Amino acid sequence: MNKYLSFFRLRFIMGLQYRAAALAGIVTQFIWGFMEILVFRAFYTANKAAFPMTFTAMTSYIWLQQAFLAFFMAWFMEEEIFDAIINGNIAYELCRPIGIYEMWFSRSVSNRLSRAVLRCSPILIVAVYLPRAYRLSAPKGWLEFVMFIVTMLLGLLVTVAFCMLIYILSFFTISPQGLRILFLSCSEFFSGGVIPLPFFPDRIRAVMELQPFASMQNVPLRIYSGDITGDQMIKAVLMQIFWLCVLIGVGKQICRSVEKKIAVQGG
Amino acid sequence: MIIMENVCKSYKVVKRNAGFKEACKTLFRRDYETIHALSEVSFTIADGEMVGYIGPNGAGKSSTIKILSGILKPESGTCHINGLVPWENRIRHVRDIGVVFGQRTQLWWDVPVIDSFELLKDIYSIPSEIYQSNMEDLTRLLDLREFLKTPARQLSLGQRMRCEIAASLLHSPKILFLDEPTIGLDAVSKLAVREFILRLNEIHKTTVILTTHDMQDIEALTRRILLIGKGKILMDGTLADIKSGNSSIDETVAELYRSYDV
Amino acid sequence: MRGALGLYFRYISINVKSMMQYKVSFLLTTIGQFLVSFNVFLGIYFLFSRFSSVKGFTYSEVLLCFSIMLMEFSLAECYARGFDAFSGMVRKGEFDRIMVRPRNEILQVLGSKFELTRMGRMLQAIVMFIYGISVSSINWTPGKAITVVLMIISGTVLFTGIFLIYASLCFFTLEGLEFMNVLTDGAREYGKYPVGIYGKRMLQFCTFIVPYALVQYYPLLYLTGRVSNPLYIFIPLPAILFIVPCYALWRYGVRHYKSSGS
Repeated sequence: MNKYLSFFRLRFIMGLQYRAAALAGIVTQFIWGFMEILVFRAFYTANKAAFPMTFTAMTSYIWLQQAFLAFFMAWFMEEEIFDAIINGNIAYELCRPIGIYEMWFSRSVSNRLSRAVLRCSPILIVAVYLPRAYRLSAPKGWLEFVMFIVTMLLGLLVTVAFCMLIYILSFFTISPQGLRILFLSCSEFFSGGVIPLPFFPDRIRAVMELQPFASMQNVPLRIYSGDITGDQMIKAVLMQIFWLCVLIGVGKQICRSVEKKIAVQGG
Repeated sequence: MIIMENVCKSYKVVKRNAGFKEACKTLFRRDYETIHALSEVSFTIADGEMVGYIGPNGAGKSSTIKILSGILKPESGTCHINGLVPWENRIRHVRDIGVVFGQRTQLWWDVPVIDSFELLKDIYSIPSEIYQSNMEDLTRLLDLREFLKTPARQLSLGQRMRCEIAASLLHSPKILFLDEPTIGLDAVSKLAVREFILRLNEIHKTTVILTTHDMQDIEALTRRILLIGKGKILMDGTLADIKSGNSSIDETVAELYRSYDV
Repeated sequence: MRGALGLYFRYISINVKSMMQYKVSFLLTTIGQFLVSFNVFLGIYFLFSRFSSVKGFTYSEVLLCFSIMLMEFSLAECYARGFDAFSGMVRKGEFDRIMVRPRNEILQVLGSKFELTRMGRMLQAIVMFIYGISVSSINWTPGKAITVVLMIISGTVLFTGIFLIYASLCFFTLEGLEFMNVLTDGAREYGKYPVGIYGKRMLQFCTFIVPYALVQYYPLLYLTGRVSNPLYIFIPLPAILFIVPCYALWRYGVRHYKSSGS
C-alpha cells in the first residue's frame, strides 16, 4: 500500500512543479467547457422542447466533465507503459515482485487521480461563480452527492480497467498506435464524450446504456444533477460493478498468458 | 582554422527542491540560479589537427561544441571558423562540418541506411560524382557493404556507429566533431573506428575534435589535449605533458581532475 | 528553390517508406483517423435528428461547413505534422541535428514528418462533402466553386500557420503548450458549426484575430445564398496573410533557441 501512496505523492509533486503546464491546462479546459456550453446553448435556443435535459443539468455536466477529465479520458494513457512494451524494458518490470497487472493498474489510477486533483479545484471554483445560466450548480441533494462520489470512483476504475486491456492487447501488435486510436474513438463515442447519451434517440439510448463505456463518465455526471434517479440509479451502479468485474477478469486472464510468452522487439 | 577568444556563456536554471512543501512553494515563486557554463574560453586549432577535448561531466564540453557548430550563441567573446562566425552564418558554416553525436542518431530508423544516405546527398547538395566516390571509400574503409540495405533499427550498435560516421562524412567536411563516438562499442568496432579516423586525418587533412570519456580513444587518436573544468580551460597541452610514470591513462586523468579540483 | 522542392519530395518519400514498414499499423491508424472524424459526424447527425436547425443553419449546410473545414485541417495536418510534433523534437534534442544541416529549418521540420495516415480524415471529409452537396439545396455556380477552392487553400494555410505558432512556442516552453490545442483541435471541434452560432464576440475574434470566419463562415453565407455579393468569393484570401506573423514568431523562436540552448 505504501508504494502506491508514495507513487501518488511523486506524481502530485511532479504535477505541481510544472505550473506552466497546470495553468495552460486549466485555461484550455475552461475554453473547451465554455465552447461546449455555447454549442449546446445554440441548440437549446433552437428548440427547448427537444432538449433531453434541463439546461442547468447540461452546464453542470459539462463543467464536471472538464474538471474530472483526467479520470475518464481514455486517450490519456501512459506513454511510459507503451514505450516499455515497444522497446522491451518490460523485461525489467517483470523482474519486480508485484504482479504486472496490479502495478500498471495502480499506476494508472494514481496518475489520473493526481492529475484530476490538481486540475479540478480551480475549474470547479470558478465554474460555481459563473453567471447563473452557465454555472455549475449544486447537486440535487445529499444522496445524489454521495452517489456521485461513489460512481465517480467506480467510473474511474472501469476506465482504468479498460485501458489495461489496451495496454495488454498491444503486446500482440508491434505498433500499438492503430489499436489505440481504434479503441479510443469507440470509447469516446460510446461513453458520451461526443454528445451526452441522453441526446441519442430513445431506442438507441436503451442499448447504449448497457455497454461498458456507459459505465464510465456517463453515470456519475448525470447522477449529480438528478438526471438518473431512484431505480435507474441503482441499476446504473450495478452495471458499473458488473463491467468492472468483467474487464478486470478478462484483463488478468490475458495478462497471465502474455507473461508466459513475451516477444521482445529487438534493438 | 578555429579561433575562439574569451567566449562566455551562462544559463539560468530553475532551482527545484525536493519535498512536498517546496513543490507547493514553486507554484507561486521561482528561484533561479545562474550556471556559468563557459568563462573566458580561448583556444586556436589549426587545420588538420586532431584535438581531444576532455573534462568531467558538466564542465562545458557540449556548450563549446554547440557554439562551434553554430547552434548556440555565446554572450560575449568571438569565434571564427575558416573566416566565418558559426552562429551568424549558420547555413554556410554548417556545410563544411560534420557532427557525430554518440548517443543520438541521424539515420532514419525504419528505412535502409542507403536511403538515409541518399537523403543526406540531397540535403547537402552533394554532386553525384563526389557522392559516389565518397560512398565507395567510406563503404570500403568502414566495411559497410553488408548492411547498407538494412534498416537502421536492425543494426547492432557497432554497425550503426560506423554508418553514423559515414553519414557525417558524405559531404567531405573540413572539420569533424565527434561526441562520444565509441560509447558502447565492442573492442573490434572501437579499433575499426579509430583506425578509420586516423586515416581520414592523414589523407584528407580533416580537423578532428574529439569529446569523449574514453581515454584510450584520446591516446590512440590525439596528441593535443584541451582540458575544460567548471567552464574554464585548465590545460592546453599534449598527452605527454600529463602522463607520468606507469599509471594507466584513466588514473592519470582522474588525478588531473583532482589536482584541478573539478 | 527548385532544390528545396526536390528535397521536400525526397523527405516525403522517405517518410512514406518508413510508414510502409508497418503496414498493419498504417492501416489501423488510417481507419482510426477516419473513425474519429466519423464520430464527430455521428454527433452532428444525432443532434440534428432532434433539432432541425441551429441559428437558421440546416443539417446539410452544417455538413458542408464541417466537411470543408475538415479538409482544410487534415491537409494541413498531413503535411505540416512536423510542426505539430515539434515538441517531441525539441525535447529529444533533435532540433540540434537540424541546425547542423545547411538547409532552411522549416523545410527540414516539415520534412521530418509527413503523415499519410491523416488521409483517413481527408477521406471522411470528401465523403461528407459529396454527401453534403447531394442533399443540399445550393445552386452551384462557377463562382461558388471558386469560393470552395479558395476556402480550402486559405484554410490549409491558416491551419499551417497555427501549427507554426505551436512549434514556435516550443522554443519557449515545453510545458505550457496544451493551451495551443484550443486553436488546433478546438478549431476542428467547434469549426463544425458555422462560427456565427457562437455569438457576436466569438465571430469578431474569428474574423480579426484568428481569421477562421474568413475561411468558413462568411464564404458559407455566400454558398448558401444568404448573401449574394460576388466579392464574397475572395473573402478567404486575406486569411493567407495570417502566416506572416506566425513565421515572424518562428524566427524569433529560433533566435531565442540559439541564445539559450535547449
